[in-house]
Amino acid sequence: MIEACRQVGKLVPHYCYHPKLTSPGNCRMCLVEMGMPPRPAPGQEPQKDENGRQPIAWMPRAVIACANTVADNMGIRTDSILTQECRKGVMEFLLINHPLDCPICDQAGECRLQEFSVEHGKGESRFRENKVKKPKNVDIGPRVRLDDERCIMCSRCIRFTAEVADDPVLGFTERGSHTTLAVHPGKELANNYSLNTVDICPVGALTSTDFRFQMRVWFMSETNTICTKCGRGCNMEVGARGDTIYRQTPRDNDAVNSSWMCDQGRLDFHFVNSEFRLTDPMVKTANGTHEVTTWKNALGAAARSLEGLKGDEVAIVASARFTNEELFFVKRLAETLGTTLVDVVPRTGGGDNYLRADDQNPNSNGARTILGVEPGSKLASIRAGVASGSVKGVIALGENLIKAGFEKAGLEALKALVSVHILANATAEVSGVVLPGSSYAEKRGSMINVTGRLQRLNKAVKSPGNARDTWEILRDIVSAIGGGNGLHTIEDVFKQLAATVPVFEGLTLSRIGDLGVQVLETTETVPLLEREKERKAKGLIVV
Amino acid sequence: MMASAITYLPGKEPHVREHRLIFKNIDRVGYDPSIECYEQNGGYVQLKKAFTMARADITNEVKKSGLRGRGGAGFPTGVKWGFIPPTNTKPVYIICNADESEPGTFKDRYILHQDPHQLLEGMIIACFAVGAKLGYIYIREEFPMAAIIVEKAIAEAHAKGYLGKNIQGSGFDCELYVHRGAGAYICGEETGLIESLEGKRPYPRIKPPYFPAALGLYMCPTIVNNVESLCHVKHILEMGGETYAKLGTPNNTGTRILCVSGDVVNPGYFEVEVGKVTMGEVIDVLCGGLKPGRKLKAIIPGGSSAKVLRADEVFKLKDGRELTIMDIPMDFDTMAACGSMAGSGGVIIMDDSRSMSWVINNLNNFYAHESCGQCTPCREGSLWMKKISDRIVAGTASPDDVDTLESVANQIEGKTICAFGEACSWPTQSFIKKFGDELKGDCKPELAGKVVAEEGAIAAAGLVAV
Amino acid sequence: MAFEVSSELEKKIDEVITHYPVSKRSAVLPLLHLIQHEFRYIQDEAVNWVAAKLGLEPIQVLEVVTFYPGFRQNAPGKYHIRVCRTLSCAMAGSYELMDALCAATKIDRSHADHHHPISVSADGKYSIEFAECLASCGFGPVCMVEDDFHEKVDVSKVGELLAKYPV
Repeated sequence: MIEACRQVGKLVPHYCYHPKLTSPGNCRMCLVEMGMPPRPAPGQEPQKDENGRQPIAWMPRAVIACANTVADNMGIRTDSILTQECRKGVMEFLLINHPLDCPICDQAGECRLQEFSVEHGKGESRFRENKVKKPKNVDIGPRVRLDDERCIMCSRCIRFTAEVADDPVLGFTERGSHTTLAVHPGKELANNYSLNTVDICPVGALTSTDFRFQMRVWFMSETNTICTKCGRGCNMEVGARGDTIYRQTPRDNDAVNSSWMCDQGRLDFHFVNSEFRLTDPMVKTANGTHEVTTWKNALGAAARSLEGLKGDEVAIVASARFTNEELFFVKRLAETLGTTLVDVVPRTGGGDNYLRADDQNPNSNGARTILGVEPGSKLASIRAGVASGSVKGVIALGENLIKAGFEKAGLEALKALVSVHILANATAEVSGVVLPGSSYAEKRGSMINVTGRLQRLNKAVKSPGNARDTWEILRDIVSAIGGGNGLHTIEDVFKQLAATVPVFEGLTLSRIGDLGVQVLETTETVPLLEREKERKAKGLIVV
Repeated sequence: MMASAITYLPGKEPHVREHRLIFKNIDRVGYDPSIECYEQNGGYVQLKKAFTMARADITNEVKKSGLRGRGGAGFPTGVKWGFIPPTNTKPVYIICNADESEPGTFKDRYILHQDPHQLLEGMIIACFAVGAKLGYIYIREEFPMAAIIVEKAIAEAHAKGYLGKNIQGSGFDCELYVHRGAGAYICGEETGLIESLEGKRPYPRIKPPYFPAALGLYMCPTIVNNVESLCHVKHILEMGGETYAKLGTPNNTGTRILCVSGDVVNPGYFEVEVGKVTMGEVIDVLCGGLKPGRKLKAIIPGGSSAKVLRADEVFKLKDGRELTIMDIPMDFDTMAACGSMAGSGGVIIMDDSRSMSWVINNLNNFYAHESCGQCTPCREGSLWMKKISDRIVAGTASPDDVDTLESVANQIEGKTICAFGEACSWPTQSFIKKFGDELKGDCKPELAGKVVAEEGAIAAAGLVAV
Repeated sequence: MAFEVSSELEKKIDEVITHYPVSKRSAVLPLLHLIQHEFRYIQDEAVNWVAAKLGLEPIQVLEVVTFYPGFRQNAPGKYHIRVCRTLSCAMAGSYELMDALCAATKIDRSHADHHHPISVSADGKYSIEFAECLASCGFGPVCMVEDDFHEKVDVSKVGELLAKYPV
């Protein structure tokens, strides 16, 4: 009934109901009036008013919209006097034992208690008693903290851990007004999905240790993008103030991540703000140290170091963390240089039975589609070429070659080593030219996840210092070594992709939309989504 | 073989106005809970008869008898049995609700302790009628001896072939087990009981969709019946539904056990035909009247959740009858028409020595303690009501607090998951409606708008509570 | 008391689990009863033991233990007394009975609250708590000592009652 009301633009306030979890009906905030037309006497036609509608016999008691389903000709009153009285009453009850410590509460600004008490509350307190005392600031796991006095006992977190994360470590102890959310003594809420409980907590009872006291939510701007921690491409929102990211939270997409994401993915943004970010282009001087220079000089130096190298004397080690648009220029670069030695560094392992994909790269399918290469298939011959000296120049794009199994000595012996990186690393250290690129949060573009869905990244913050958008760097390298130019916007790049790569045919960046489009057929399924479908088929959840 | 003359323990003899069916063997000299004793007194004959009947016919007899549940809600038992979906293919369960915990009610304890086989026979008949092969008797924790006695009775019934496989050659298999509660009034609510039996916190389920007859224990059709109701089944079979229905009054058939407590000379239990005695007769005839020199002040007629009746009330009913409190026949319908309910049969009598503030405070303490805490209005409201009534009794309330108390009760009623919301708000609503002046009289007008709670006092002083 | 489940107790436990062929989880209450009967209260180890026995998370057992006043998480006295607090018994004098029992057993109940309903005498011989309606409203005040039920215990009978439970 809540969803039906939503479809016609009536928001029924609620706390415990969550479309992806079972409905316990405990908060009572969604009480509405309901009625059906009286059944006509046998042989009689039902009565109708001038609008062709049947008169409704309203039930004397309000019903919960979360647990009732709609039927033909049903009447629902979401704003009637009875409904309003019910909401006022529930709001008052929820607040009497609530600490009202909004000034120091992280949830302030996105708190359903605040929101609904403005809309449906009484605006004054009649409560003259002492409040119930409960545990405060409890460390219930490495990433989540609990304030029991703020808890309204909606049980969303308990249901999430039991129904979705299969880790039922949360529960209620005591009873009545003393009911207390708790983890078992000696246990903790430590699973990789624990922070989802913070998202779904409608109040400030569960807060993220990472985000706690960092930023008031109303100062942050939100950007819709995707997580690049693994091949799943969970849809998320990046919350930032200025050019600093404060948190990442999942965004609903029933084809990818439902309403959830893993803790690993959402907390993997601190490197973006890191002091190890490369902020300026650098060129290695004669005495072996790197010197900051201008983009023009650096690109020139890169082109010069590659000069005279032919065909497979140059190899490109790119990254499957690159966007399709960046990979498009990797392809151009290879064509311009005339090399067939192009690969990306594969990363596998670490998948789970929920959302984490085994493929730890976010865009392996993009690499396959655009570069026409199976990730990792050419790395061995590139490494051998570097070791034997047949490969004389390497362009390292977003990958630390030392970690990818290259010998440092071999890299040092190269005539040319040009690299594009986000963070300082061992490969940058031995590179002749180091170009600072952009992180996932600093750029627009697209990727194809493991299930074959094309999705969009958006720019949440600016790159630090003089670092630039990686696709522009690649374009400029191509043009510096004599390749074509003419692409000035990311939209243009995508247009080229659409024109040259069949799976992108007919698409534009804007057509991808916030939820992406399926472009490849794969056999990959998402275990968490499969189980969600089962729960839906059983009628345990609605959407 | 029937005993020729039934004698009862001295001082425990039934009153002449009683009609003992269920309590026939309670307090009886020479009667013990063994199966031998039960069989000697005609036990398990009706079960054997049941096996000769079509299942639907048994349910029909119960429907014809007009038996209404004796646990509190008074819902027709046969109709309840009929709610099992005809297309059902899942196992069916029967649960006997022996969680007797409505304040003022004390009847099931005697059946469990003194005549357990009567319950078992009724329950096995019910199991056969609805096709339940597994049943549980949910006995409250505070009846430890009853659990032992009923378990022994189950073992005896097993040994004699009244339980187990192929009972009495009927081809019907049935197992019953005792399941003990652990001290929770909410387990009397049938879906709370089911959750408790599933090993979870006894949080009542939302209805829809979880009507026990379709989605009960382990999400299978489940019938939950009170101890007394199940005992009646045996007698209905013995008498035939139509004959049984002649006991009592139309729509209020059979006998029921009234449990009287409070300010009367001889409180106790009395099995009477439903509607055949009046409140006045209960007090003056069955219970020997009020205590010497006392006047009647109030009556809670059907367990503590029933709305209180004031001694001087006159009830004008829709059918034209005009009744004083003493005229009310003890049946379901009239009691409802008088604005209260016959409920579980627990009648609590209060004389003029009782403070109504004290009484409602006692009940509010009960409900605050027993609220399961699952849904907001009851969880928060029940404790709030207790706190306000604590202050009324302590003399730290203002008359406004009585109004707040009433509105808190109104904010609970009709908004909760289960009937506990009504159970805890009706007493407060009715005490304020009928004794509001007395409650306000115990308050201090000068406290209006003043800080009363210690926490408030700290805040008023500009300090922060630690 | 150390928590160690004897083979005899475990046999009883295994038998009672068979009463619940559909779901072992249903056996939580009976297991806790058996354990409390043996050890007098439910220790933390017992919660973990029951959870492991029934394939549950410990919190799922703790949720149940803490819900029901019938389960104690601290050791009671040698004789545990429960006095009915609810209306009919209160009218019959159960608060007075409570006071008299506390005086006779030297129990200080001043610290009893929602989280600590049980008060134990200094010598550990007796413990006492209020219970809600014990369902013998016509014969109040009533109380239970251990599993024994006592009706019409007016204050004058306290000595006689306690004499049945020698320390």
